[in-house]
Amino acid sequence: MTDFFQLLISGIATGSIYAMAALGFTLLWQAAGTINFAQGEFVMLPAFAMLIGIAAGLPLWLAFVVAVAISVLVLGAGFKRLVVDPMRGSGVVAVVVATLGLSIGLKSFVKAGYSAEPHPFPSVFSEEVFKLAGVTISYSDVGALVFAGLMVLGLQMLLNKTITGRAMQAVAQNTFAAEALGINVKRMILYTFGINAILVAVTALLITPTYLAKFDMGDNIGLKAFFAAIIGGFNNSRGALLGGVLVGVLENLAGAYLTPSYKDGVALVLFLAVILVKPDGLLGTPQERKV
Amino acid sequence: MSVLSVHDIKKSYGAIRAVDGVSFNVEPGEILGVIGPNGSGKTTLFNSILGQIKPDTGRVEFEGVDISGKSPLALSRLGVGRTFQNLQVFSKLSLRDNLIAAAQEFHGGLWGRIFAPSDNGVGARADEMIEMFRLKHVADLPAGSLSYGQQKLVDIAMAFMPAPRLVLLDEPCAGVNPSLVDGLRDLLIELNRKQGGSFVVIEHNMDFVMKLCHRIVCMVEGKVLAVGKPAEIQNNRAVLEAYLGN
Amino acid sequence: MTLSKRHLALLALAIIALTVLPTMLKTYGLYLLTLWLVYIIAAFGLNLTVGYAGLKSLCHAGFMGIGAYTVAILMKAGVSFWLATPVAIVLCFAFGLLIGFPALRVQLHYLGFATLGFNLLLMLFFRNEEWLTGGTFGIQNIKRPELFGYSLMGNLPFYYVVLALTVIAGAALAYLLRSPWGRAFAALRDNPIRAESTGVNITAYTLMSFAIGAAYAGLAGALFAPLVNFIEPAPFGIGNSLLFLLMVVVGGSGRFYGPVLGSAIALLLPEYLRFAKDWYLAVFGFAVVVMMIWLPGGLLSIKETWQLHRAKRDVKSARPEAA
Repeated sequence: MTDFFQLLISGIATGSIYAMAALGFTLLWQAAGTINFAQGEFVMLPAFAMLIGIAAGLPLWLAFVVAVAISVLVLGAGFKRLVVDPMRGSGVVAVVVATLGLSIGLKSFVKAGYSAEPHPFPSVFSEEVFKLAGVTISYSDVGALVFAGLMVLGLQMLLNKTITGRAMQAVAQNTFAAEALGINVKRMILYTFGINAILVAVTALLITPTYLAKFDMGDNIGLKAFFAAIIGGFNNSRGALLGGVLVGVLENLAGAYLTPSYKDGVALVLFLAVILVKPDGLLGTPQERKV
Repeated sequence: MSVLSVHDIKKSYGAIRAVDGVSFNVEPGEILGVIGPNGSGKTTLFNSILGQIKPDTGRVEFEGVDISGKSPLALSRLGVGRTFQNLQVFSKLSLRDNLIAAAQEFHGGLWGRIFAPSDNGVGARADEMIEMFRLKHVADLPAGSLSYGQQKLVDIAMAFMPAPRLVLLDEPCAGVNPSLVDGLRDLLIELNRKQGGSFVVIEHNMDFVMKLCHRIVCMVEGKVLAVGKPAEIQNNRAVLEAYLGN
Repeated sequence: MTLSKRHLALLALAIIALTVLPTMLKTYGLYLLTLWLVYIIAAFGLNLTVGYAGLKSLCHAGFMGIGAYTVAILMKAGVSFWLATPVAIVLCFAFGLLIGFPALRVQLHYLGFATLGFNLLLMLFFRNEEWLTGGTFGIQNIKRPELFGYSLMGNLPFYYVVLALTVIAGAALAYLLRSPWGRAFAALRDNPIRAESTGVNITAYTLMSFAIGAAYAGLAGALFAPLVNFIEPAPFGIGNSLLFLLMVVVGGSGRFYGPVLGSAIALLLPEYLRFAKDWYLAVFGFAVVVMMIWLPGGLLSIKETWQLHRAKRDVKSARPEAA
């Protein structure tokens, strides 16, 4: 039973990291109708940015700050201006293909320009463990959980309690109405891309110590984020949180009790089960079939 | 036997009764108009007949067969065609291919169609339609590149391609240049005379409905206010009041 | 599709070139050319699913893997290649039907993820089930088959078999697309709602477009295994599935010859430029982004896109006079 709780806690910790990437993914979809197939690579890039910073002698925290800044500039504003904006009006499919291309481009660029090998990555939190009521808990799990939890809660606060956040939600729900209300739609969309850029950088910081920095680390994290987002509900930002945690916990439990080799398949099975029963996700609201 | 009979359809959205006990019949070869001010429940009724929404109570029969809740595919196979209010064409296919696509699935089996001629025998009929709708000069262009009015005609022609015994027309005049409305009316009359079948037309354009339809159902607030020949409806006080209001 | 005389002549010329040219090639060149044909077969199938029927499929490399492993495993068990290949094709067809089912349930963009997940699951299977697939070591020494008593161990004879099968597979696809099915697929792609109300059985056509597309990948996989003599999980991963989709789009999705061009650009060139492969793929990936902005119809649509562009420009410049 104590095993179970250990698995549960570390699952929630991993899941909340998935949730962050998933959250950014749903935010982009809601605000700009962008399905970002390169979300996994958006996590991989800040990891390498931090790695380069550390190699240049920066302490981890400073490398992280620099990575966030670069991420906001390149993966936020740059991505929006150079890729998403020029494609406005060409439809979801064109954006999907473009981000697929971007995903391959970024992966290969890192592989060719930096390294094809996995690189160890320092953990923000101590690797040590402590015991609570017989359950062994690692500081890094608790740290990840707290950090990710704070990020998600903070974002919820931002979206629900501040004027800017409400304006962003208004844009996500109905761009035309938001524009009519005098909301600066373009700026709100830019903010959304910025938030996604911060989310992916934090995800990189928390997940890379376990995944290791490798050019294709995004394949896995990206896929988990997509599935988490859809399981929870593509049009609901709380859904991403629920989906992420569900995926994290269930794959941990399945890995321990069923089969470790198919651990990575859990998200897919869960995804299929959910869309068969509730196509709009657990917390999603039905979307009208668009003609 | 009536081609279409609608029995006591009711549909509420929360406290609002969109359709409140509507019944009527459509006879073979008849063109029936359904009119009513905005919010009178025409669209809800239309969607109930087509199985797009499930009415709370009531039944819809096509040639004596209950068709409530049937899929669009099943309806089309039974011989019920429809047009769409907003443009619904196959935008990358040529106009001619649009028309063939609208009828080819009604001949032969799924597997047999792999070995059938490309037009599955309906090419000549498509050309007839193109002639009738005077679209020959654009027949080989992708349907998506045509003007709004032309696409509207394509949409209507597609509904008639498989010679359905009942066609439901959803606001055929919406968005059509007023100068072309008379031509559209004449086309529909010609189609009705030539290939038979019954039509149900939902439309706002009063003049169009009066000159096209044999009989008209006027709906107000979810109920049938009056049924009758165009002349009778035109002179019905209750209808006039409902339209001119207050 | 009706063939014009010019089209027929060009096609005949291409086939003659593909027959004569290889006699002048060295081993590696011949290998690349054969590989190209194999990829073309797979891409023909994906073009049906993606380009003609408009469904997103991101597990095509996985299907190819099913085909390759089926043939390798059966041949190791002593089954003839000529029997194993139909089995591989049928198996892929069945898996295609299976994967098509979520397509009926979910919104279009979810389908990409569902198929991606399926590919991931296949990879896990190839890697983990060592008793069957040899795990990460793969299956070695896959022999090339014999045909009517002639050994196809040599590169040139094997090449000709692959060429013949490519031509047959292409002709079969062209025949299918020419039939009413081709129009039904396009109707499904352009407007599923309208298609359903005009009697098009979208359930059947969705499943078929997936299954037939997968069957083509199965054939490609079946040829891939004896071509490279050795299979392991890597070529059948998500990365190559993405490349497959991109090569259909880059060539021109929904254009018959799109995959021929696309597979040369997305899979053959990187193989040829092995030492600079990653740089090439980086450039390719970014080029796709640029292409989706300027030329979303693919390379084969250059002419039409240019004409459309000019027509728009003409309208723009004509407008002030009209006003």
